[in-house]
Amino acid sequence: MAQNDAQNGAIRYLNPPTVEVRKKKYCRFKKAGIKYVDYKDPEFLKKFLNEQGKILPRRITGTSLKFQRKVAQAVKRARSIALLPYVTDLLK
Amino acid sequence: MLKQYETVFIATPVLSEQQMKEAVAKYTKLITDNGGEVVSEENWGLRQLAYPIQHKTSGFYYLIQFKSEPTFVETLETQYFRDERIIRFLTVALDKNAVAYAEKRRENKKKAAAAPKEEPVQAPAEQPAEEENA
Repeated sequence: MAQNDAQNGAIRYLNPPTVEVRKKKYCRFKKAGIKYVDYKDPEFLKKFLNEQGKILPRRITGTSLKFQRKVAQAVKRARSIALLPYVTDLLK
Repeated sequence: MLKQYETVFIATPVLSEQQMKEAVAKYTKLITDNGGEVVSEENWGLRQLAYPIQHKTSGFYYLIQFKSEPTFVETLETQYFRDERIIRFLTVALDKNAVAYAEKRRENKKKAAAAPKEEPVQAPAEQPAEEENA
């Protein structure tokens, strides 16, 4: 049987080949039409921080450059009025 | 030319309610006395700080949005620095997007205050009904 398949030119795999389908990242601000990033909302800003409270890079969150700057500004403001910690562990 | 600003300050948690009101009154008066205008105020109450400031782990947060001359901000901040009740403050100029956001935020607050508890109870009840129809 295996010979027949080879003759027919069809390639059979034991396991179906895994094709990586990556979801395209998008800027959530552009998509939702948000124009102002509020520093007074720490719960929202936590989406852009890792567990140590560091700001996540754009390559992970998919935020556009314009809004990444605004997010960074907002996070820093929130830190200065103790809504977010400067350094921590297990933020989430 | 008046510009819109917003300022958040954190007062020490040892203040009584009366003292807190006095502190707020002092700053609103300072704004109006210097040709400014208070747009809105928001009391966040006693909150836990994300990290200790001056060995304190909580504080009274208060937000004031106001319009004033740009030169006034400096006088306001000097007053903050001199005031021992204030442990931290932040003053930010609002651009046009921020002003629009601030207005929307105020409306949402009003709506939430006008209809408390009714909306959250109704909303979850409606959603399962829609799912059943689908």
